Amino acid sequence: MGLLDQRFENSNVLVTSLEGLLNWARLSSLWQMQFGLACCAIEMMAASASNFDMMRFGVIPRATPRQTDVMIVSGTVTLKMASRIKRLYDQMAEPRYVISMGSCSNCGGPYWEHGYHVLKGVDRVIPVDVYVPGCPPRPEALLEGLMKLQEKVRKETLVKKTA
Amino acid sequence: MTETRSLPTRYVTHPGELKTSSGRSLRTDEMIINMGPQHPSTHGVLRLEVVLDGEIVVDVIPHIGYLHRCFEKHAEHMTNYQQVIPYCDRMDYLSSMNNDWAYALAVERMLKIEVPPRVETIRVIMAELQRIASHLIAVGTYGIDMGAFTPFLWAFRDRERILDLFEMTCGARLLYNYIWIGGLSHDLPPGFVEKAKAFCTYFKPNMKELNDLLSYNEIFVKRTAHVGVLPADVAINYGVSGPTLRASGVNWDLRRDDPYGIYDKFEWEVQVGKGERGTTGDCWDRYIVKIREMEQSVRIIEQALAALPEGNVQAAIPKRIRPDSAEIYVRTETARGELGFYVVSDGTASPYRLKARAPAFVNLSVLPKISRGCLLGDLVAIVGSIDIVLGEVDR
Repeated sequence: MGLLDQRFENSNVLVTSLEGLLNWARLSSLWQMQFGLACCAIEMMAASASNFDMMRFGVIPRATPRQTDVMIVSGTVTLKMASRIKRLYDQMAEPRYVISMGSCSNCGGPYWEHGYHVLKGVDRVIPVDVYVPGCPPRPEALLEGLMKLQEKVRKETLVKKTA
Repeated sequence: MTETRSLPTRYVTHPGELKTSSGRSLRTDEMIINMGPQHPSTHGVLRLEVVLDGEIVVDVIPHIGYLHRCFEKHAEHMTNYQQVIPYCDRMDYLSSMNNDWAYALAVERMLKIEVPPRVETIRVIMAELQRIASHLIAVGTYGIDMGAFTPFLWAFRDRERILDLFEMTCGARLLYNYIWIGGLSHDLPPGFVEKAKAFCTYFKPNMKELNDLLSYNEIFVKRTAHVGVLPADVAINYGVSGPTLRASGVNWDLRRDDPYGIYDKFEWEVQVGKGERGTTGDCWDRYIVKIREMEQSVRIIEQALAALPEGNVQAAIPKRIRPDSAEIYVRTETARGELGFYVVSDGTASPYRLKARAPAFVNLSVLPKISRGCLLGDLVAIVGSIDIVLGEVDR
């Protein structure tokens, strides 16, 4: 799939049908990195457990970054952890997406002011696709974030972007 | 001639003892591998530096600090004592109610506040519900560590019902800020008592279900019995507390031995490990103690719900909190063990110094001691059984 990305000059009926198929496949099987940081990880677990059942969106937790499409950064990112998150992100295969879950990874959260070594937002080290607010966000909020990410994936195109 | 190992590897205390029947040592070159900080069975961002001889663990060095959020510094920088409570919530995020209570209790004892009986009873109900919720996560994720996924789903199904109770009381699912200094943020909503009673009746048969599924499962017992044995004297020397200590056969529970709140009014039993399936203090004991503690918590909740007094839950909340220059250490029993707050006041509106004695941190310190000589696969069982929460280890 990555081979075709942005290789076409113009969109035509073939390209648009192909990208419709590819995007549908991508958004229906966004495998998630099984990777919890802090409090939000518990709500992430709750979201993938019985009551909320994130697997119905095709989100399957995988333990290694090489098999995953989406990284949910769930919790406070300390400076010590930030370099590891960057490395984990680099190990993921493209196309890769990031959901920043909770206030801490959005902007530092309650540790924004006095947290001398809390990273003030994970978007300072890796690009973030969807921000989910809350401290911690409810599982429903995470599911909403996931659906927003699916909308984003649905709009992706194989056509070269002309600036 | 076939060469066999002289001892089953589980019982090897030192790798040097591994010899073939002809007396040749089986020791190989040491290899260092990293487990974590991103690893599905380290329960958070713990990094273990494991020194291996073949498959046998020679040494484990835990590296922590990936979730250090400077709780103590935040406590000193708040403008008043009440503002510390949300940070207590986020310390051990699986048992927020218990953390809030420990901190509130410390400040109340400094101010010498008498808390109304209704508040005390509601606090006991909330703390025990929280203990069940926390143990359910511990048990469920331990099942995942051992390769069983279903207990996790069943545990979360029951946990959601507890979270529903919390949500109808204070609006939050995970971090509550419910127990305030001198009182509570909200009174119980109408219908809470009935729903809580319904939960107790609903939950008790589920314990048997969980036992049938996981606790006495042959594969699970084989993975956990005789593994990571923590003798009672080692546990005491390391300062281990909570279910991890009780699993080693030490009958010690702060709810009974250093009573706070109104725990002395209820009938319940402290659960200790007896080594039914293996050795006393092994992983299975640490697991089963949590299961049995949940049963006892249900007992306490039922008694507390039956004897819930009337009253105003905010009657004793002080308008202005400025304790006299003093220091105090208050310890309570959370789901993980002895959580202590050492508060030093200099007479101003915020703590001069606040030290948290975190049970998960102390319990983690015993990990290298009990995992030397085990197999790498068993290390996962040991880490899961001591039930750490990295938010509390690093604070």
